[in-house]
Amino acid sequence: MLLQTKGIIKNYITGDIETKVLKGVDIEVKKGEFVALMGHSGSGKSTLMHILGMLDKQTDGQYIFDGEDTSKFDEDELAEIRNKKIGFVFQAFNLLPRTSAIENVRLPMMYAGEKEDYQIKRATELLEKVGLGHRLNNLSNELSGGEQQRVAVARALANKPSLILADEPTGNLDGASTNEIMELFDQLHKEDHTILIVTHEDDVAAHADRIIWMKDGLVSKRKK
Amino acid sequence: MNFLLTIKIAIRGLLSNKIRALLTTLGVIIGVSGIIVIVSVGNGAESLIVNQITSVGTNLIGVLPGGSEEGEPPSALFGIVITTLKSDDVLALKDIPGVVAVSGYNNTVEPIVYQNQSVESTINGVFASYPEVEDALVEKGRFFTEAEDSSLAKVVVLGHVIAQDLFGDQDPIGKQIKIHNHSFRVIGVFEERGVSGFSNDDSNVYIPSQTMHKLVLGINHIAMARIKVDTADNVAPALEEVKAILRSRHGITDPSNDDFTARSQAQGLSTLSNVTGSIKLFLAAIAAIALIVGGIGIMNVMYIAVTERINEIGLRKAIGAKRKDILSQFLTEAVVITAIGGFVGIAIGVMVSFAIATVIQYLGYSWDFIVTADSILYASAIIMGIGIVFGYAPAKKAAELTAIAALRYE
Repeated sequence: MLLQTKGIIKNYITGDIETKVLKGVDIEVKKGEFVALMGHSGSGKSTLMHILGMLDKQTDGQYIFDGEDTSKFDEDELAEIRNKKIGFVFQAFNLLPRTSAIENVRLPMMYAGEKEDYQIKRATELLEKVGLGHRLNNLSNELSGGEQQRVAVARALANKPSLILADEPTGNLDGASTNEIMELFDQLHKEDHTILIVTHEDDVAAHADRIIWMKDGLVSKRKK
Repeated sequence: MNFLLTIKIAIRGLLSNKIRALLTTLGVIIGVSGIIVIVSVGNGAESLIVNQITSVGTNLIGVLPGGSEEGEPPSALFGIVITTLKSDDVLALKDIPGVVAVSGYNNTVEPIVYQNQSVESTINGVFASYPEVEDALVEKGRFFTEAEDSSLAKVVVLGHVIAQDLFGDQDPIGKQIKIHNHSFRVIGVFEERGVSGFSNDDSNVYIPSQTMHKLVLGINHIAMARIKVDTADNVAPALEEVKAILRSRHGITDPSNDDFTARSQAQGLSTLSNVTGSIKLFLAAIAAIALIVGGIGIMNVMYIAVTERINEIGLRKAIGAKRKDILSQFLTEAVVITAIGGFVGIAIGVMVSFAIATVIQYLGYSWDFIVTADSILYASAIIMGIGIVFGYAPAKKAAELTAIAALRYE
């Protein structure tokens, strides 16, 4: 078991109004699984994904990741766990502007304190793996959307994470680029990576082993 | 985090908005170049005054009426009239071992009339040994004698320039000019002594001290005295002797009650550097205000940068940046921006100082171009300090953002 949540509750307070976004979510993801997290907007799937990625903290409930209760960690310790064990792929790619593809892929390794030689070797390998071996030194704004997202996938893999979290990774891509990215996820799945992908597209979710459906802050049903 | 890459990213960020970068660094450029120019001009002005003082001659002891603290300028320099120093006091110093010549000084500015021309000039009342004291040479005619001084002779020696102004090609010797409604006979003209510092000896005229006292000013005190000593080694013992004689003549037992200030040229120079030092400090403080304003500009732009790049901060935090990583990144960027402005400022400051020195030297003054390594070092340290001080608050704000708040910010 890679991760497990028990009764996760998340409330937001804006002014005097408390909004209950997650109302007691229990999910499990095993090592090597490819899971899609689906739901309509407002269902709480993004909030859940942020908590699973340790970008946000739950109001109540337990989140066990890699055998450890995450509530005991402080901000900097969480940063370190995210750095070493989680690879993020975002809808908006979130590459550093005016920075080359290889430097973007090196970034997580820099924060991990890896040696420069290793960073360059590993980043080059990863960019070759996602099919961008010829664009190592192109700045992020010189790349197409599909290429940028492939750089983001390479960056997510940099520190050999236990979990790849993708938040609507194809949301900003056209059909052809979507297929390229999903092929990449299929390949990573074959290589035994654990992948959790948030999406509202059935075609994308079809690549997953299993779908977790969210509705009104609760898990509603499971497919496959 | 890779330091060089941080700098590279900071510079790229700067270049992506060149006008903003220029405006941001402008405050720092002006402040830093201001400090460099002010310190350099201060040093140049000091060199001008020092050159003037040493051009008067070497191995001199100066006496002013009125006491003063060690290293402080005497009150007589600030225009306070003290009447305790008399001609006899000065004459009594003539017999000190090593003393070559002494002269008392009084001056006033009055019109000098020859036929129907009138020229404003500084009239100096001095002793007969004035040329020896000041190493000044009489080119035409002669200087006046002690006998002429004590008999209130109405004779005058002209500076080189004023002689030409009044007489042109004519020989001035033997001509009569009018000073303070008395007719004076011109008996000599000094050779050209050159412009040095603020006064121009060549435009002055010189009359006997007693004549000055009785016929022009109607006083009987000396405003200043200079004592010429034969060798540098004899200056210090002669100075002690000067003080001892003046004390005994004025009935002073406690040196703290001295009613005069006697200093050697060397002491005078160090007093001067105290005075110019505080002026320089004052001017540097003004430039420092410009630097602080520049620093506030940096702070403003760093706050904008943090807001603009809030999603980037979120991304960095998401993939593993700790608080200190973000803090040091934005601090580095602030320091890089400030440093670029600072070094441009140093370069401009040095060039401007050099231009000023060149122009002043061209005008014939003995002005030295001085930019010390010290002032550049201080300026660099101040630049770094400003980058850190004014970059800290924005960097801290960036570091304290939570990953999710920064990522979601729109």
